[in-house]
Amino acid sequence: MSDKQQSIIGAGVPRIDGPDKLSGRANYAADNLPPNLAYGYGVFSTIASGKVSQLSVDEARKMPGVVDIFHHSHFPTLYHTPSSFAQGNKVEETRLPFEDERVYYEGQFVALVIADTFENARAAARRVKVTYSTDQAVANLDQGVEANGTQAGSGNHDRGDAASAFDSAAATIDVTYRTPVETHNPMEMHASTAWWDDEHLTIFDASQGVVVARNALSKIFAMPPERITVHAPYIGSGFGSKLWTWPHAIATAAVSRELGRPVQLVVPRQQMFTTTGHRPETRQRLRLATDGNGKLVSLRHEAINTTSYTDQYVETCGSVTKSLYRCPNLTVSHETTQVNRGTPTSMRAPGAAPGLFALESAIDEMADAAGVDPVQFRLDNYAERDESQDLDFSSNHIVEATNRAAEKFGWADRNPEIGSMRKGREIVGYGMAACNWEALKRPCDARVSIRADGTAFASCATQDIGTGTYTIVAQAVSDVTGIPIDRITVKLGDSSYPDGPVSGGSWATATTLPAIAGAARKALDEIKRYATGSNGVFAGASGDDLEVADGGLRSADGKLVSFADILEAGRYGSADGEAHTEAADSKYSYRSFGAHFVEVRWDPGISHLRVARVVSAIDVGRVINETTARNQVEGAVVMGIGMGLFEATEYDQRNARPVNNDYAEYVVPVHADQPEIDVILLDHPDLAFNEYGARGIGEIGVTGLAAAIANAVHHATGKRIRELPITLDKLMDDVPQARSA
Amino acid sequence: MRHFEYARADSAQQAVAAHGSDREISFLAGGTTLLDLVKLDVMQPDKIVDINGVALDEIERLDDGRLRIGAMVTNTALARDKRVVDDYAVLSQALLAGASTQLRNKATTGGNVMQRVRCPYFRDGVSDCNKREPGSGCAAIGGVNRTVHAVLGTSDACIATHPSDMCVAMAAIGATVEVQGPEGAREIDFADFHLLPGKTPAREHALEPGELITHVVLDAPLEGSRSAYLKLRDRQSYQFALASSAVIVRMDGDTIADARVAMGGVGTKPWRAPEVEAALKGRAASEQLFADAAKLAFENAIAYAHNGYKIPLGQQAIVRNLSDLTAA
Ligand SMILES: Cc1cc2nc3c(=O)[nH]c(=O)nc-3n(C[C@H](O)[C@H](O)[C@H](O)COP(=O)(O)OP(=O)(O)OC[C@H]3O[C@@H](n4cnc5c(N)ncnc54)[C@H](O)[C@@H]3O)c2cc1C
Ligand code: SF4
Repeated sequence: MSDKQQSIIGAGVPRIDGPDKLSGRANYAADNLPPNLAYGYGVFSTIASGKVSQLSVDEARKMPGVVDIFHHSHFPTLYHTPSSFAQGNKVEETRLPFEDERVYYEGQFVALVIADTFENARAAARRVKVTYSTDQAVANLDQGVEANGTQAGSGNHDRGDAASAFDSAAATIDVTYRTPVETHNPMEMHASTAWWDDEHLTIFDASQGVVVARNALSKIFAMPPERITVHAPYIGSGFGSKLWTWPHAIATAAVSRELGRPVQLVVPRQQMFTTTGHRPETRQRLRLATDGNGKLVSLRHEAINTTSYTDQYVETCGSVTKSLYRCPNLTVSHETTQVNRGTPTSMRAPGAAPGLFALESAIDEMADAAGVDPVQFRLDNYAERDESQDLDFSSNHIVEATNRAAEKFGWADRNPEIGSMRKGREIVGYGMAACNWEALKRPCDARVSIRADGTAFASCATQDIGTGTYTIVAQAVSDVTGIPIDRITVKLGDSSYPDGPVSGGSWATATTLPAIAGAARKALDEIKRYATGSNGVFAGASGDDLEVADGGLRSADGKLVSFADILEAGRYGSADGEAHTEAADSKYSYRSFGAHFVEVRWDPGISHLRVARVVSAIDVGRVINETTARNQVEGAVVMGIGMGLFEATEYDQRNARPVNNDYAEYVVPVHADQPEIDVILLDHPDLAFNEYGARGIGEIGVTGLAAAIANAVHHATGKRIRELPITLDKLMDDVPQARSA
Repeated sequence: MRHFEYARADSAQQAVAAHGSDREISFLAGGTTLLDLVKLDVMQPDKIVDINGVALDEIERLDDGRLRIGAMVTNTALARDKRVVDDYAVLSQALLAGASTQLRNKATTGGNVMQRVRCPYFRDGVSDCNKREPGSGCAAIGGVNRTVHAVLGTSDACIATHPSDMCVAMAAIGATVEVQGPEGAREIDFADFHLLPGKTPAREHALEPGELITHVVLDAPLEGSRSAYLKLRDRQSYQFALASSAVIVRMDGDTIADARVAMGGVGTKPWRAPEVEAALKGRAASEQLFADAAKLAFENAIAYAHNGYKIPLGQQAIVRNLSDLTAA
């Protein structure tokens, strides 16, 4: 980045896509209504395990407007994708839609009705008669372990000898935590609109990764990627559920080809709990030990998560545990167990969110057992370098984050005695936790054009999932070229643009901006070439003598010519640049850090728990846009409150059916649950990571928050809740047991 | 879409006539319960009679001091009516604690009285449910039953709570439901309007087929009383009550001269608690008295797998409401 334009990087530039969203011009996947569009509606399994034994479509077929009804014995042949992250063709559920008559989870597509309207498709779908032969379903993690045992996961780590260090330690804890299934529930429904022209597939899909979606579809339809275009110009958020292609999108494309007309399919909210991923249930055993000085000497984090019968998904709960604290003897292990649920997927801060609930609760329990203040305990034990990779951190300001947040929060006023702080009828609890997330950077291509009308155009096949990517790309172009934001057009979310990253892993900023800046500089080089060419406005000058200034080039003698005039002089429509940037190197361990401080209030008279105040200090390298960055952390804190207090997809243990699969009964925080949230962005550029020094901010805020709540709840009530969510019934005394049935 | 006949009525008489009594017919008021359940395919009316044109949207004070509320008065309008705010604070608060602004703007008094249970097994259209499919069983017993299932008034056939907040306030105030039907007009005591599930949970209320609620008439306000609604839930808004209380008290110095107590979130109908009222009347207000009285409400409570906490929580809802109301 250039020094002169410092101000645009970091500035709170308002979202450039805001007006389109507010005015309804932004077109989401289901807003595309091509002529002759047909609508799909699914028939979803009502059992979680077994087979479709009979499927009768006769009555449904006669319903008004029905075009066709697809199912396992009437569906085009498709092919499997290798589902490789490295090859960029990953899908989470590798079983193809309608591949056979097997049912692996409740809410699985068993038929797909296509009709002339959405309502007709839905009405007919309800007339499809399905009978099943039902097997006993495996409904939850404990049942899975009992019925199927466990299978080895990935991301394990071992150093030293954790077991013997534990046995000879001064203080130890051995505790087990549980987290439930959480469901992403983005506002925008999963939806696909697809059509074919001349053997070219166009699909508008609610996707966080148009390039990977295109590549996966190319494998599934056995056709070259050039003949597929995936569009996702706007996504009504995804939280991970839209990272990879799900059965509905594949089915929409397949059926559209079969029928020779455009087809649209929207996944109903109920089935967004079943067939588009979820954060799996986890059980995590934590064994920690300290020496006589309160230093960690042994740490074991052993996690099991649920996965589906069709695919292996590992929730890497111990990913952070490996490197956050200094500890010579450490074991992290992940296992999975199969249950009758759809395939899980990444949900905002996968692994770290449930993992840090367990780890950061356990750290508090350990501090307690060692008799040390929890903040001091962390400061005493934070790692100075990444012991799991034997690398230095590129930049780590967790001590500053912890201290600044502690000070702003007023940790010093905390009376450690349980239940000792009161305000009126409420007991006040103070708790804190560290937060942590890996900093990732993927390969990326981008294109930037400076145009004869004085505007610029940037494109990259990444997406803006509501986080502000459009805006920061414009900021980077403006930073390099000096062209003001309002004259920069940014195009994302189209797989025909230069390959960009999936919007996930908090890597979009660190990945995309260097490529955009590189492309912008190439465009400037090009324009300099035009300017210094024989007919150019600076003919004979060297490009090196020209500097970028005020939307044009200035020579050493002060002559300033606008880009528009330079291009005009040579009759060039634009000056274009393309760039490719590589994935992060492995010279350092790149991670983001932070700390959350939470005040809860517990009113025992009405068993009411609320989060009253949150102070979070976050170290994510340079902040590119103050407004969108703060918004990401605030939003993540709210999501963390949901994780801590409310969210759980409940399954009926008798048959593995999700019970609270709607937006009224699946409880997420509403505005009234959102406390004062004070976000401190440390803003220390990490220039070893990339030229902008930015790491990425989408996920870190959700990590650790639930633990900070649990720790505060313990301070207020003396109750250590090791199973999320922390609902009021878990905090009440003398709850009557159910009468025996 | 599911096809049904649609008729619009301009008067109560017309609505009743259009309804008839032989088929699956529903009146359409605000639609916030009905249309949801039709879209879920759980309610399957052959015919819908839209009553938005009937002139039942007035609130009037009767000569005997009672307040007569038209069935089509919206929840928002009722909550904001000055007479309600001044004389029946408990009702205004209960309404405002329910649903969301958008829903309250559509929801009507009659529709709210008639709203269906929120039991997910009822709404999924698939599980065993005696309300939806008489005789099929009750999936909630032995299933997930933490939030919208009751501990009072349950039976082996059904344990769903009556979800309304408004009705809990009305149960405490005392009211009469005025209805008009094929056989003419009649009045039903509010306390008798909602039925316990017993062996016939599909029968939820005292209306005969084709009967239309025209008004709910509130008893005259208890002279010199104070009242309040307290709703407890997981999140702070936009959730049905886990437990709630509607309390009306008239104090005579430190003594409770009169009291009305009803509960929501814990019962299979809006739950009036006369035993609590009797224990309070004529006694000096104290936390101990409140706790002892509240306990009486739950003597016959039955805890299911996940909702046992409602027994203490329901008591807390009563105790806290009483202590706030009786505090000087
Ligand atoms: C997401 C959500 C959250 C909610 N949260 C709450 C809450 O927290 N607390 C709460 O109390 N409620 C809550 N509700 C329920 C809401 O209050 C009811 O849906 C509403 O009051 C119903 O009124 P309506 O006019 O829309 O009825 P409609 O949907 O029009 O009708 C409901 C039923 O009553 C019948 N009916 C309507 N009017 C008459 C009449 N005059 N005579 C005879 N029958 C009639 C209809 O035929 C139908 O069967 C919530 C609803 C939703 C969707
Ligand atoms: S509680 Fe009532 S509504 Fe729910 S499943 Fe049982 S019978 Fe049906």
